[in-house]
Amino acid sequence: MFYPQSHPWSEGESLTGYLERSGVSRRDFLAWCAEITAMLGLASTLTPRVAEALATQKRPTVIWMQLQECTGCVESFIRSDAPTVGDLVLDVISLDYQHTLMAAAGHQAEDALKKSLAANDGQYLLIVTGSVPMNDDGIYLTIGGRTARDIIREVGKGAKAVIAVGACAHWGSVQAAKPNPTGAVGVAEVLGGKPLVNIAGCPPIADVITATVVYYLTFGHLPAADYDGRPLFAYGARIHDQCNRRANFDAGQFVEHFDDDAARKGWCLYHMGCKGPETFSPCPIILWNDKTSWPIGAGHPCLGCTERHFWDTMTPFYGRLPNVGGFGVERYADTIGAALAVGATAGVAAHAIATGVHQVRERRRNLPVIDKPAGGEGGSHGQD
Amino acid sequence: MAKTKIVVDPITRIEGHLRIEAQAEDGKISGAWATSTQFRGIEIIMQGRDPRDAWAFTQRICGVCTVVHAVASCRAVEDALNIRIPPNANSIRNLIHGMQFIQDHVIHFYHLHALDWVDVVSALSADPAATSRLAQSLSPWPNNSATHFGEVKDRLKGFVGTGQLGIFTNGYWGHPAYKLPPEANLMAVAHYLEALDWQRDCIRLHTIFGGKNPHPNFLVGGMASAINMDSRATINAVSLSEIHGMIARAQAFVEQVYWPDLLAIAGFYKDWGAIGGGTGNYLAVGEFPENDVRDLDSLYFPRGIVMNRDLTKVWPYEQELVKEYINSSWYEYSKGDEAGLHPYEGETKAKYSGPPTPWTYLQGERKYSWMKAPRYDGHPMEVGPLARALVAFASGHRDVREMVKEVMDRLNVGPAALFSTLGRTAARGMETVLLARRMGHWYDGLVSRIQNGDTRTHNGEKWDPATWPAKAQGYGFLDAPRGALGHWVQIENQKIARYQCVVPSTWNCSPRDQQGQPGPYEAALMDHHPLVKPDQPLEILRTIHSFDPCMACGVHVLDATGAEVSAVKVQ
Repeated sequence: MFYPQSHPWSEGESLTGYLERSGVSRRDFLAWCAEITAMLGLASTLTPRVAEALATQKRPTVIWMQLQECTGCVESFIRSDAPTVGDLVLDVISLDYQHTLMAAAGHQAEDALKKSLAANDGQYLLIVTGSVPMNDDGIYLTIGGRTARDIIREVGKGAKAVIAVGACAHWGSVQAAKPNPTGAVGVAEVLGGKPLVNIAGCPPIADVITATVVYYLTFGHLPAADYDGRPLFAYGARIHDQCNRRANFDAGQFVEHFDDDAARKGWCLYHMGCKGPETFSPCPIILWNDKTSWPIGAGHPCLGCTERHFWDTMTPFYGRLPNVGGFGVERYADTIGAALAVGATAGVAAHAIATGVHQVRERRRNLPVIDKPAGGEGGSHGQD
Repeated sequence: MAKTKIVVDPITRIEGHLRIEAQAEDGKISGAWATSTQFRGIEIIMQGRDPRDAWAFTQRICGVCTVVHAVASCRAVEDALNIRIPPNANSIRNLIHGMQFIQDHVIHFYHLHALDWVDVVSALSADPAATSRLAQSLSPWPNNSATHFGEVKDRLKGFVGTGQLGIFTNGYWGHPAYKLPPEANLMAVAHYLEALDWQRDCIRLHTIFGGKNPHPNFLVGGMASAINMDSRATINAVSLSEIHGMIARAQAFVEQVYWPDLLAIAGFYKDWGAIGGGTGNYLAVGEFPENDVRDLDSLYFPRGIVMNRDLTKVWPYEQELVKEYINSSWYEYSKGDEAGLHPYEGETKAKYSGPPTPWTYLQGERKYSWMKAPRYDGHPMEVGPLARALVAFASGHRDVREMVKEVMDRLNVGPAALFSTLGRTAARGMETVLLARRMGHWYDGLVSRIQNGDTRTHNGEKWDPATWPAKAQGYGFLDAPRGALGHWVQIENQKIARYQCVVPSTWNCSPRDQQGQPGPYEAALMDHHPLVKPDQPLEILRTIHSFDPCMACGVHVLDATGAEVSAVKVQ
């Protein structure tokens, strides 16, 4: 990421031409586009469209604001495992403000921000990690002597779209767990009305962040999202429905104690408190860190970290989900799943994309899926 | 010459939010103030939770040092409940924590610290062939060819040529404090890029044992990743083989790229061996237990204290002597601002009393930070790689002594150069080399136990809260990449009654205490510290970055104030 390129990107040059000059063949580029297309859950027939959109984009400006956070989302982002071409495409973005990586500090950093906001007014993509403390006039976070609340309002004004990365920017996360002493809120609450998606998770998987940016470049708007503003391509299915230990659940094969014989066979962690049945996340499919593994794959129950208020609603983490038991969980979770799917895909131009999502998922799971077109109330986050 | 007031806010290339104010006279810094500008107030949130969940909450204090709070928390709860983890779990935690150190320190050097010493623009005038000769004289790293450096130079040239400098916009390029020749700059830029790729690979060790990174999963009583050589769904031969490869690649990069680069760059900045020392008191709680964590003799890096730069004596660390002060911090204590409170009596009641925003200057305000001021027996203490190295050196640690000798010989400087900005950065490199070599030892231990039929990773005897006493308390210490960390927990009726952390960056970034003693950042900036161009505070960044600030960790944190604690338990 952020690699200085081997050749300058000249004004008006296509990405394909640029990549070829940089030693990346069109074939490699298309292969990578196919990977991204699959990641986004789109039908493979859309690969040329992804390629075309990327190839005609200029380097758009990205402003990245870091607020009340632990920087885990930035760390996750730099683990992005897309190969060289992914790095190239990331570099297609002009990242004009990002505290963790930028060379300048103090006045020079603030000056870079000010100039970029002015030069790209109405055009830049705003990425936010971290929450906004609202209590006591926002005094619990200042940058350059100003409150985060005031800064994000100002920076949000000229943004064309906003990507809230991680649980803190999504809804406040750990500092917003009860009783939320600083009044931490997600960025959507401060920038109401802006086109915005929430990349849920504590932290989210790097590739989901990357894919969302690519989606935005490809289609000119943010991806279709569920009721909570989470892109459907990533958060459209429950962990439980995609879990490679699902067969053990169905067969009634459960881990009853950590490191017991069942754990050593890799059986289902539901009795150990797994929140997979209530959690919508792509972890089992996309996996973590260059497809190395994922939490359940490493023997630990899912904490449910892509769900709003999980620090309160999913705890105690090792407690078995309430109101569910045995095969009852199926009925319960499917009811929720169907309701969410209907609500989330409504009224958006994402019908084809949603179909693509289903197709891909169907291929992957080889299982029947909900296959209903849009209906009911639409989410307000997904489209600009 | 009149005093010039300087504000650097935000300090970038750190974790979190930090403001530095200073006064400069005649090219030197005469006054410095460190302000933590973020408060999250997680403390109250811990109260009443399941102690087995505590690792996950505390882990989210920081996503950069993403394993340290989780492990410290597990140790604290395991101490309180008298749980002994299986040897395999100890090896796995050492491997995870060791890789955390290695990855974190390398990222710090290249991506957070290097631009303080490396002029990216100067690299444009480097000769790739000469760069290759330089690199090959330092190390056998395979990418040190003229062709490779030529490619990197072309890439850089292209990038600068677009006029869109992105993260390099407004850097201090051309500042007179940059001393590297163009070839050394180009070599560093090339390795900046390679390190980005490298870190993605080696950190996957966390994913194998913990399911993901950042924020891998831990477990009170051991680790959740079961071992079974005959299962596809557990730690098996495939995972062990992958881990073996990651350790080898991590070590190769550290020994053939990071360490040679660090020494080469340091050679051009030897004057920084006399700048930025600061407090001169050093605290290490020690890390990497070979056996149970309670066996202090089995720690690879020892626990102890060095006072007043005196390396002839190591004092024992007595946790009863830790107190936190709020004279300069935006909090109030029930006993008043002059009181110092031990963690077991700790209070966190935020009360902002600074000027309204936007701020102009905070210097001159009595209270100026969200960071408290921890003091050991009344003394400010520096923690981190330099503290660990000095305590180990003074304790006669063979490996550390050899590394220190290597640095002294290579740079042709005396031991006094350790107490400095340069010393801090060198100490970070030294321990990275030692840990990269140590990883194989922990891996071999794990494999050899598996060979002997011991695959246990979890002790579940006390998993059920019904087995716990009505009241329990304990603590876990851990020396994290940024320094000494302690978690204290009290459990009552199966719930957390009180939880407190004292964290590395709280020690280092602490503001002035009730006696007016500055914290380590502040003291370092006032120790023979140059500032040539007050409008381009490059030198301030050098010294502050040498501590590797981690502000989210430092800002207070997790002390649920619950029931009174009368007894202090000593391990």
